[in-house]
Amino acid sequence: MSALKALLIRDMKLAFRVGGGALIGALFFLIVVVLTPFAIGPDLALLSRIGPAILWLGALLASLLTLDRLFAADYEDGSLDLIMTGRAQLELAILTKALAHWLTTGLPLVIIAPLLGLLLNIDLAAMKYVALTLLAGTPALTFIGLIGAALSVTLRRGGLLLAVLVLPLTIPVLIFGVAAANSAIIGPVPFGPPFTILCGLSLASLVIGPLAAAAALRHGLE
Amino acid sequence: MSFIDLANPTRFLALVQRLLPWLAAATVLAFAAGLAMAFNAPDDYQQGATVKIMFLHVPAAWLSMFGWALMSMAALGTLVWRHPLADVAAKAAAPIGAAFTLMCLVTGSLWGRPMWGAFWVWDARLTSVLVLFLMYLGLMALYWTTEDPARASRAAAILTLVGAINLPVIKFSVDWWNTLHQPASVIRLGAPAIHPAILTPLLVMALAFALLFLTLHLAAMRNEILRRRVRTLQLMKADNA
Repeated sequence: MSALKALLIRDMKLAFRVGGGALIGALFFLIVVVLTPFAIGPDLALLSRIGPAILWLGALLASLLTLDRLFAADYEDGSLDLIMTGRAQLELAILTKALAHWLTTGLPLVIIAPLLGLLLNIDLAAMKYVALTLLAGTPALTFIGLIGAALSVTLRRGGLLLAVLVLPLTIPVLIFGVAAANSAIIGPVPFGPPFTILCGLSLASLVIGPLAAAAALRHGLE
Repeated sequence: MSFIDLANPTRFLALVQRLLPWLAAATVLAFAAGLAMAFNAPDDYQQGATVKIMFLHVPAAWLSMFGWALMSMAALGTLVWRHPLADVAAKAAAPIGAAFTLMCLVTGSLWGRPMWGAFWVWDARLTSVLVLFLMYLGLMALYWTTEDPARASRAAAILTLVGAINLPVIKFSVDWWNTLHQPASVIRLGAPAIHPAILTPLLVMALAFALLFLTLHLAAMRNEILRRRVRTLQLMKADNA
């Protein structure tokens, strides 16, 4: 347990210090949201209608941005070998790394999302629900992304391949995330069902992601 | 000859060499029969002659899913039993499955133009097949980017199994998304059951497509085994030089 705690603290320190990508994801998210009105025009009614979709797409792309370094950086400096030969179960170690990744890239997105909602003319009462869907859904993005990160760890063009492998798998999360956010704002579906399914997707990927990533690392590095 | 004997690539190659001409001939015969029956099948009272696209479209759709199922079984063979032919089978099936999926999409699109008035609509089924196609391409990209065939096949096996778990979830999500966004505005095959005059040619065409898949797959497996032998010989030669 203490090994996992040390791993969590180490990964979070690395993400926040020089060379880490923690807040770059949030900055990227901000830029994507700011660029959208330039592309579609400053029509406030249109922006508020597609606002949740823009926030979700931005969150999806921003969480991909730092995933390719999740295992690759550890692989290059050799600490991945230490983690794999260490006493902690590899699946749990990967889960810990994923948690650190979410705390440093997913959670900042959820925190700044309400501010970006103001730019997109989403009213504050509705923004609460949009932020809630991001809070429930971004862990799934990290856990699904884990699989791609583990598969592409030894490749030179890993980041590019990662996006190709992971994005199709995130379609259900995107569908239910945007649907839950929209249902809170415009209806007609109640907020409950899509949001519950979104939580279910997060929980399922919590199990599948670390298992598949551990299998990929074991097979890929031997 | 048992399943274990086939693990020897040389025996497998000998068997494939003997089987392939017969399979190719059976494929040609089945296509000749199926296409003749398809040409003589009656037109649909609503869709006219365009209904005949179905004889290519539906078998292609079946085999696109069969391809992934085959790769999933091969992936289990790779990861669990380390069967030496399983990863060859999986690698050979990926481009063939992708080709059948693309054929399903293209024929569906050509069928959609006169029926729906657009080459593409975001119908639940079309969208799911498109996602399946993207996943085939991702899998092929994984094979292209990894040099060592053994390592590539194990990574691909994990991705294939993750895909096999995820594809039903994606299908369900897309269905849900579609019913939410788009009410049923699309003309569908109205009849609840297909008339035998259309069903028989369809089944013959499905058999022909399945034989084509099998022939291409066995030939691709043979080529892959030979390609790996060439690679090994080249590496040995480079070592000795």
